[in-house]
Formats: sequence, structure tokens, C-alpha cells
Amino acid sequence: MIECKNVSKIYKSSSVETTALKNVSFQIKDGEFVAIMGPSGSGKSTLMHILGALDTPTAGEYFLDGKNVSELSDDELADIRKNKIGFIFQSFNLLPRATVLRNVMLPLVYANVEKSQREEQAREALADAGLDATNYSHLSNQLSGGQMQRVAVARALVNNPTLILADEPTGNLDTKTGDVVMGTFRALNEEKKRTIVIITHERDVAEYTNRIIEIRDGEIIRDREIHRA
Amino acid sequence: MKFTDLFQETFFAILANKVRSGLTILGIVIGIGSVIAMVSIGQGSAKSITDRVESLGTNLLTVMPGSQRGQLVRGGIGSATTLALEDAEAIKTVSGVKTVAPTVSTRKQITIKGSNTNSSIYGIDASYFSVKSITMELGSPFTEIQIKSKNKVAIIGPTTRDTLYGEGYDPVGQKIRIDGQEYTVIGVTESKGGTGFGSSDDLVYVPLGTAQQYLIGNSKLSNISVEVISAELMDSTEEAISALLLQRHNISDAANADFSIMNQADMLSAMTDMTSTLTLLLGSIAGISLIVGGIGIMNMMLTTVTERTREIGLRKAIGAKRGDISLQFLAEAVTLTFISGIIGILLGWLLSYLVARFGSITTSISPQSVILAFGVSGAIGIIFGYYPARRAAKLNPIEALRYE
Ligand SMILES: Nc1ncnc2c1ncn2[C@@H]1O[C@H](COP(=O)(O)OP(=O)(O)OP(=O)(O)O)[C@@H](O)[C@H]1O
Ligand SMILES: [Mg+2]
Repeated sequence: MIECKNVSKIYKSSSVETTALKNVSFQIKDGEFVAIMGPSGSGKSTLMHILGALDTPTAGEYFLDGKNVSELSDDELADIRKNKIGFIFQSFNLLPRATVLRNVMLPLVYANVEKSQREEQAREALADAGLDATNYSHLSNQLSGGQMQRVAVARALVNNPTLILADEPTGNLDTKTGDVVMGTFRALNEEKKRTIVIITHERDVAEYTNRIIEIRDGEIIRDREIHRA
Repeated sequence: MKFTDLFQETFFAILANKVRSGLTILGIVIGIGSVIAMVSIGQGSAKSITDRVESLGTNLLTVMPGSQRGQLVRGGIGSATTLALEDAEAIKTVSGVKTVAPTVSTRKQITIKGSNTNSSIYGIDASYFSVKSITMELGSPFTEIQIKSKNKVAIIGPTTRDTLYGEGYDPVGQKIRIDGQEYTVIGVTESKGGTGFGSSDDLVYVPLGTAQQYLIGNSKLSNISVEVISAELMDSTEEAISALLLQRHNISDAANADFSIMNQADMLSAMTDMTSTLTLLLGSIAGISLIVGGIGIMNMMLTTVTERTREIGLRKAIGAKRGDISLQFLAEAVTLTFISGIIGILLGWLLSYLVARFGSITTSISPQSVILAFGVSGAIGIIFGYYPARRAAKLNPIEALRYE
């Protein structure tokens, strides 16, 4: 369960102050599948970084499973990320010279999971992400964009996070591959009951989810549920 | 993060950039190798000098003309001619003295038919060989008669013999010319080993009176070697001789003495001082290259951190703590230097072997210098890896992920 209470984020550089988020408040319950939409520069990524414990708000509070994340130290934030968050980046961010399996096992290294158990967990996550088993021992830079994104999804799933966050997961993919990846997210949400929050500026992509939060200039302007037939 | 994971990550990272890792390792290898080789040369010469001084005999005092205050090399020593044969005679009466060997020395041209050399000439009396524990390889030592009647006879060192006649030749009975005068060779001394400074192998001995009269032209002594009965009597005998000579030379203040007395301990410590200065000098020259190698490590690690900024951001985003990141980079630096340490020790050992083999310098690798090299290489890894590792650990994950 996610709860933001009057979250604001102001970036201060030497000369200018940019208000990226203004008094944002909302809740996301466990098992929801949410899209955050908005034009470029509206504060989507900023919000996602806060949700993912990569950054802390300048003002307001952010609770993750009842714990106030907004006032934790660097290393405590790292613990939250390690145990509760699965991140998927627009540009995949895989280790290029490492195999698919090693990439997916990387979070388990920091989570101190037993070596014997890592590969099994990684294979499970890769299967959930829908990557063909023949690719597991390939180097990650030998894969196609769609395959890379699946590896990134598997890496986000591997330590059973409370919350999966994806910043423009289809941004670097063609429409068809994007649809496949979104299908995977949908399946993860419906079958595995994962909480998933994605950022997108494409309405088609947002349509896969059950709820769309629209932000503009750092403020939520619309928050609606999508009811499927 | 487990140790085995750390090891694996380090291994991957080093292999990912083989050429760069290799060059960086090479820098440290040269540094460590040269430190080991240089120190082995320094310690080797220290050892051979110590051995040589000890081979001269342990109960030996040397009285030399000229003033001396605790230093071996000083302007004036040996150049003043204040010791006379009568002083040597007087020393014989001091209690604790076993044998006294007055000596003069000079350098002259030695010629035989078809060959010549420039050599030290020692004028000695009958007791000299026993004081210096020198034995004969061929022929016989000077007789009392030869010494008394100032005969023109000579005993030559084995190196001198090799130079003049060739190795193993028996020159007894041959004529040689010293400073143009003809001498008959009556013997060759046994080799005492060692070359260069202080060697007793590259010498020509003639009777004391012969040297004074025909080669030097005055009756002053170059030094007086005194053999003391036992090691325990060294200090008291040295004092007694000093008092006697001060009295004989009419000097009231010991600080103004016109002679100096050296014992083996003085000699050894002077030599040791000299060689440890040499070792230090050689070692620090090599140490500079080690520092240069360390800067190479730092440079490589900084480049690596910059290159892998996104990777660091990703690792942090999936839960790596600052400690995990800095440990990873520190481990890379230390592993690089440690590998270099091992190769460097092998290189240093090879170099010192080659120097000993072809440079005819004694070398000696002590376990301490190997341990030191290991320690230093590890320390270099930590010192020069620390800053880049800290820099990596402090990266903000969001900015790091955005880095192009
Ligand atoms: N590190 C930063 N320093 C200063 N300003 C920043 C920083 N990150 C973001 N901003 C500013 O905050 C605002 C929101 O940025 P954000 O990245 O959240 O937008 P976004 O909605 O993700 O846009 P896009 O769709 O283009 O990715 C922008 O005006 C941006 O310039
Ligand atoms: Mg963005």
C-alpha cells in the first residue's frame, strides 16, 4: 500500500528553483495496476523516483506499507529498494557484458540470497517475464530491444517486490513489442496480483491499466478508474 | 554482499578490460620488481662487505695516522704521517697485545714481460700474515732475514697473479718490476674472496723496510695492525694503546690525537651505515616508480568509475548500499595491485638473479623485502583505490542512471 500526503519536490540549482511536484496526494492499494500520464516535464519521473525510494520529497510524506520513507537515510533507502521495489527503466540499464541470468540475479546478490537459490529464482522471474529459455545464457547486449525489456522486467520481479515501477517501459519499443510487454504486465497483475505503476505518455499504453493518474505541472489533474467490459 | 560475490564481481570487472588492467598491472609490477631488485643489490653488498670485514679477523685493531672523530671517511686520514716504527715497537709492550704488524702502503706500476698492472703495494713485516689470517697458496712467506736485510722479494695476491700471468700460473722465482726495480716473486697468497674495495687478493706484498727505502722514501707507517689476545680485551687494549701513543706524541688532550684507532665493530658499523644508505637510496629511487604505478591505478579506477557511472546507478537502484559499491571498487584496486605484487616479486627475483649472474654483484632477497612488497602493493591498492571507490559510492543513483 502506497500513500502520498502533500508531496512536493523542488529542485534547487545555483540560479533557478524548479518545482517538479506540488502538494501531490493519493493512495495506491495492493494489487492495483496504475498508469501515470502527463506531458513532458510534468513531474512523472520525479514522482516515480520518490515512489521507488530513489529520492525523497522536499516536503510532505510518503508511506510505503505504513513506513514513512520520506525521512530515511541513504542506506535505509537502499534497503527499501532492495526489499520492496522492482524498477524497470526506459533504457533497460542491463549490464552489457553479463549474461541474462547474471543480470537477473544481480538484485539477489545485494539481498544476500543463497547462491544455490538465486538461479532458480531468476529462472522463475524470467519465465514470468516471458523470455524464451534459450536466451538465458546470452549476453544481454546480444538481445533485441523487446527481449532486453523482458530481462529488465524479470530483474524487477526477481526479489518479489511489493511494488513494481516502470518509467516509460515501452518508450524504446515499437508498438507491437510494446503491446507484448504491456500484456506481460497485465498478466503479472492479474495472475500474480502484483502492484504495478507505469509511466507513459501514450494513451494506448495507459489503456492496459485499471487506473490512470494524470499530472500536469507537478499537480494531479485527473485520477480515474477504467472499468473493462 | 557476500565475499564470494565480491570476488566474482571483481574478477568480471578486471577481465572486462584486459588491456587496461594489464597495463595498470605492468606499472605496479615494474615498481615492485625494481624495489625488490634494488633492495636486494643493496642488501647483497651489505652482506658481502660485512663478510669481508669479518674475514679479516675479529680481534683486530687498526691504528691509523691522522685525527678521527667517529667517522670513517674524513679528510686527512692516512695522509698525515705521524706513526713511526718505534710506535709499533712500543705497542708490543702493551698488555693484551698479541701481535703487532706495522704496515706501509702505496700504489705502483707492476710490469713483467708482456704485461703490466697498477696495484697496491703493502710493505709488511713477518707478523702481518698471521694478524690478517692470510695463508699461502704457493711459495712461502717472508723470512726474518729477508725482512731485516730489506731484500727485493715480493709476494703477490691471486688476482694480481691472474692479471699478470693468467689463472693458476705458478710465478715463484719469476722477476717482476715494481716502479722499475726488479723483485723476485717468492709466493702467492690464498684467495680470501671478494673483489674491489678491501680485497686482499689484488695486492703485492714486499718487506716493510724494502718498501720504506726503495718505494716510498721515508720511514713513516701507513697503519699498525694490532692483534689482541681475546675479544674481551679489545676495549681495554684500545684504551691502553691510545694512552701510550698520546704520551709518546706529547699530546695532552685526546681530542687532538694525531692518530686514530679503529676496531672491527667501528669498521662494521661504518660499513653498515654506508650500505644501508645505499640500500635506502636504491630503494627510494625504485619507490618512486611504485608511486607512479599507484597513480596509474588511481587513474584507471577513476576512468572505470566514470565509465561505469550508469552501472553504479543501477546497482544502487536495485539496493546496493554505499558500502557495497565502495567495497567493490576497492576490491578491484587491491586485486590489481595484489596480482602486480606477485608478478613484481617474481620480476624482482629474476632481475636480482640476472644482476648477480652477469653483473658479478652479490644480491640477496630477504623475506622481509618480499613481505614488504606485498604489504606495500596492498596498501597502494587501498590508498589509491580509496578515492575513486568513495567517489563511486557517493554517486546519486538518479543522476548516475541519467549519465551519458
Ligand atoms: N535533477 C534535476 N535537477 C533540476 N531539475 C530537474 C531535475 N530532474 C527533473 N527536473 C525538473 O523537474 C521537472 C519534472 O521533470 P521530470 O523528469 O519529472 O519530468 P517527466 O514528466 O518525467 O518528463 P518526461 O516525460 O520528459 O520524462 C522538469 O521541469 C525538470 O526540468
Ligand atoms: Mg521522465
